[in-house]
Amino acid sequence: METQVKLTKLAACAGCGAKMGAGTLAKMLDGFKTHADPRLVVGYDKSDDASVYVLSEDLALIQTTDFFPPIVDDPYLYGKIAATNALSDVYAMGGEPKLALNILCAAESMEDKTIREILRGGYDAAYDAGAIITGGHTIKGAEPIYGLAVSGFVRPDKVLTNSGAKPGDVLLLTKPLGVGILTTAAKAEMANGAVMNRIYQQMATLNKAARDIMVRYPVHSCTDITGFGLLGHSYEMAQGSGCTIHIQADQVPYHPEALEFADMGLVPAGAYRNREYAQPGVKVRRQIPLALEDIFYDPQTSGGLLIALPEEAAGACLAELQQQIPRAARIGYVTGLQDTAIKLE
Amino acid sequence: MEQTIDCRGMACPLPVVNAKKASEELAAGDVLTVLVDNEVAVQNLQRFASHKGYVSTGEKKGETEYAVQITITGAEAAPKEEEIACHQDTRRKGMLVVLSASTMGTGDPKLGAALMKAFVFALTKQDQLPDTVLCYNGGASLTCEGSEVLEDLKLLESEGVTILTCGTCLDFYGLRDNVAVGGVTNMYEIVERMEAAGQIIRP
Repeated sequence: METQVKLTKLAACAGCGAKMGAGTLAKMLDGFKTHADPRLVVGYDKSDDASVYVLSEDLALIQTTDFFPPIVDDPYLYGKIAATNALSDVYAMGGEPKLALNILCAAESMEDKTIREILRGGYDAAYDAGAIITGGHTIKGAEPIYGLAVSGFVRPDKVLTNSGAKPGDVLLLTKPLGVGILTTAAKAEMANGAVMNRIYQQMATLNKAARDIMVRYPVHSCTDITGFGLLGHSYEMAQGSGCTIHIQADQVPYHPEALEFADMGLVPAGAYRNREYAQPGVKVRRQIPLALEDIFYDPQTSGGLLIALPEEAAGACLAELQQQIPRAARIGYVTGLQDTAIKLE
Repeated sequence: MEQTIDCRGMACPLPVVNAKKASEELAAGDVLTVLVDNEVAVQNLQRFASHKGYVSTGEKKGETEYAVQITITGAEAAPKEEEIACHQDTRRKGMLVVLSASTMGTGDPKLGAALMKAFVFALTKQDQLPDTVLCYNGGASLTCEGSEVLEDLKLLESEGVTILTCGTCLDFYGLRDNVAVGGVTNMYEIVERMEAAGQIIRP
């Protein structure tokens, strides 16, 4: 076998674990001049997944970008996962991705065929999403980066944000957690191939199916679970919606292997950052093992959708989701604002 | 034997990987010191130590220098930790208490209210507390301001018992804004919790 540079060895952080902390980011962006525009219905102020600009009565533009250093050594999978993750923000807003641009930074040590494989992964993900990659920008640098800038469309009255949850809603999650811990364990060469294949396939799976089903139900709020972890993103949803989110710890789907690795101390730095950010708003109401809490704070790369919708519709929506996404689950519910943003029950 | 490994400048998960390798070469009683340059590594090393049943201490030595000392213990140390964890949890798994009225039993309402108060008080005194207390219909008022059992329910909640009140019931009685303890729930969860319960107690 030819010796090749291991892609993940070129990266300091894995996947969405490389994301800058939510708190740090908010401070950094505070106080800049921007134009006020009534057509910009979702901007940065709501700390949402993407921006939404209304073009006409029945059309709004969604824009987003996402990229990260290698999370897996296989360049094709890396490209596919990075693109899937970038496209996900459009799905989380209830929209459909249409146009995309490559964002690529190649390390000097990478061969051309490696770069081509990364791009092939990206093109495949975009193709499955029904989006067209129209170009992009490529540079050379110390650490590889790949992702997409994506534009998508949605009807203005169908925009889903992370701040629309209402008391009485039920929360659904469409992908199991533990991805950040498991990719950290893979970096430590402790997680076996079969487990990691399952994780890579999950990350390379578009949230398209979940979105296509979700939009047929009266969904109030949606976000995708990525770098801030389940509790970080739930915290944003709770704060944005002015509600309390109740997470039922024993209902949340996760990869069981992650529990052992978290216990062993293979917890990515991002999980600690997420804990620091969200913990002040989280009240733990039963004894939960530290390792399970780690999973709830674990940064997810290309994670699932967190969907809030009225209880009456949730059963049918979940049943339909589970036909295509067997591990989709109901993980909690929403009440009016109580003494804390999140209750872990 | 004492051994020090320098993991400064190493990103997660390398400090844990190296500590694991080094610890495998050591015997009970040996002390492994791991030098790292970030807090995350300290916490991960402490998770690793407790996972193995080892004793660990973390010390900040400078702006970006930390030392984690891990004392290797025999393998028998590991189960102890679990025992402690079991003792801490006094709740009985799967025990569900349903309060479906503000009174206990049928008969004089005044007596019924006094009995309910005594029941919830007695509940707080049990060695094993329930997992969950579910309040619906007339029982919804028990978790609201002015309820005579409010303090006892708060005590249960502070002990880790989940207190849940039916949202539809609160709306019906106009009590939605008066809930003073626990969370508000819906029929889904009520059914699920009842199905999952190993034991349902109804006064």
